[in-house]
Amino acid sequence: MTRYVIRRLLQAIPLLLIISVMIFVLLQSSGDPLATMGGRRATRPEDRERLARMMGLDQPIYMQYLYWLIGNDWMDVDVDGDGVPDTPGTRRGVLRGDFGKSLVTRGKPALDIILERLPNTLLLMIPAEIVILTVSMAIGIYSALRQYSFMDQLVTTGSFIGYSMPIFMIALGSMYIFGVNFKKWGLPYLPTVGMFDPKVGKTTAQVALHMILPIFSMSVISISGYSRYIRSQMLEVISQDYIRTAYAKGLSERMVLLGHALKNAAIPIVTLIGIDVPFLLGGAVVTEAIFGWPGMGRLFLDHLERYDTPVVMGILMMISVAVVLSQLLTDIAYGWLDPRIRYDKSRKGGHGNNC
Amino acid sequence: METTANLAGTPSLEGIEAPPLTFLQLVWLRFKRHKMAVFGIVVLILLILYSTLGALFFTEADANITDTSIRLSAPSAEHPFGTDVIGRDILARTIFGGQISLMIGFVAVMVEVIIGVLIGAIAGYFGGAIDNILMRFTEAMFNVPQLPLLLVLGKVLSDKVPPITIIGREFSGSVIVIIAVIGLTSWMGLARIVRANFLSLKEQEFVTAAHCIGTGNASIIFAHILPNTMAPIIVNATLGVAYAIINEAYVSFLGVGVLPPTATWGNMLNGAYRYIDTAPWLWIFPGLFIVLTVLSINFIGDGLRDALDPHALIDLS
Repeated sequence: MTRYVIRRLLQAIPLLLIISVMIFVLLQSSGDPLATMGGRRATRPEDRERLARMMGLDQPIYMQYLYWLIGNDWMDVDVDGDGVPDTPGTRRGVLRGDFGKSLVTRGKPALDIILERLPNTLLLMIPAEIVILTVSMAIGIYSALRQYSFMDQLVTTGSFIGYSMPIFMIALGSMYIFGVNFKKWGLPYLPTVGMFDPKVGKTTAQVALHMILPIFSMSVISISGYSRYIRSQMLEVISQDYIRTAYAKGLSERMVLLGHALKNAAIPIVTLIGIDVPFLLGGAVVTEAIFGWPGMGRLFLDHLERYDTPVVMGILMMISVAVVLSQLLTDIAYGWLDPRIRYDKSRKGGHGNNC
Repeated sequence: METTANLAGTPSLEGIEAPPLTFLQLVWLRFKRHKMAVFGIVVLILLILYSTLGALFFTEADANITDTSIRLSAPSAEHPFGTDVIGRDILARTIFGGQISLMIGFVAVMVEVIIGVLIGAIAGYFGGAIDNILMRFTEAMFNVPQLPLLLVLGKVLSDKVPPITIIGREFSGSVIVIIAVIGLTSWMGLARIVRANFLSLKEQEFVTAAHCIGTGNASIIFAHILPNTMAPIIVNATLGVAYAIINEAYVSFLGVGVLPPTATWGNMLNGAYRYIDTAPWLWIFPGLFIVLTVLSINFIGDGLRDALDPHALIDLS
């Protein structure tokens, strides 16, 4: 197991390097960082040149990537353009936690800007994941136990529709019903925009109230997909011999279902969490834009709009790291929960890449 | 023929005499039983008819003409779906937007299938270092969440391509960009499936036989192995159309996809949430079209998956 974890961690390094090169080349070819920095004032040509040299924009792209990755504080930079590198570099590189400075909010480290918003996104994502897992388990188990009943059919159709919905339709629809029309009909209604009511202030109750609709919108699609998956998992487990044995030795239905069936059916669900991370992070962009939630997704949109490369690059990299790590974690958890899977041995005799 | 029919005599044996069903007939027979899939086909055809035949009643100018004096007017006899923020008729825009949205869906999938099949086939067939490099690249693409990547690509490229004219109509160049970008970011799943199938198929006798009679690699890949792995490709491509339409809607919704005045169902929704309480028709109609399209394509894909499954039981009753 330890060897497996180490090998996977080592594999993740080149993977993240490839990703970073891809995104870097892509972003470097977009927009004009100097124009972004200048804001409304036109920058003088000589200032432009000096700034370009300071930021390393005069360098070939592979040098720029190196500066981004490992920084340039170990070498001198030619700032005045006389061909002699004389000023020590100041950047420390991503590997040492320096994502560069934001071009829009001038001088503020990109990492600080991102970390400011990260908790707000997690505040939506973690409860959403909990809601997704509990609700889809409940629905999946219920419809597996009552296979082909009316409720089962209803849930199957409903999940198909839910799965085909774009997030913004769920968001707009729920906003329209629970926010706009409930207000019109004089019912207790839900707030639709922002994190809290400025009149009341940022209290826990306010934030929780504002979380309901975004979390609902983020979870519907995943719930639709997973409840079907859990239903089929549960159906498969119920037909196993050990379930019949459990019934035969006189265990109560409740004990059989929760103690034996669910325990085995739940293992593959762990992998779903790993799949969900990129999906929720991507969905966060849409959800946060619609609900005006000040999280990382909206930060990404706002700064992409103005070509603030360091911040956009930082967010993309952090998301990619989160995705790679979550996949690693789910694989490890899967092997740990299901003793039938042994990663170290599976190398032998398997027919992976060695054909 | 005559004699066998006479010999058989009883109608119960007629099924035996009938010529064996071709593969496509079998598939259709199985597909037909999937009620929702048939429903999906009907709805999809209606949607295609709506956006093509609708062009007979409205011109593209109707869809793009702005009249701020009637901005945000509610659905009425004159404008059955209402008007948008700058007074364009939403009915006409859903028709012309539908053409673009559906086209983006289908063409982007072609791009996806070409890339996915090529990469998967080459990686699976040649194996070794080529496989390793291609699969690492695939994995890297997989690990960048698609939507943020789409947004970056759309933002970087969408204003770089000049407007183009096809069949007398001018499209915003961003349509091409979005098609390319969606195709370029969605082939990874397909490539993995194709690779896995190639890995197992290339060990089969018919491939060895082809090698022995001196068939070239390209011919083995495309004429011998590829036809045997068509089923998953077809299912994947069908569902891919739905994904492409949803993805176009996401990026256009966020304002970095297809640029106006060219309408798509997605960019009609751009900014609609600001009028959530005053003008719900802004998002209800284009949104409904997107959901209907995606839903019917998903049903068709589900039906195809069952119908094309070689292990499925053939129950002709």
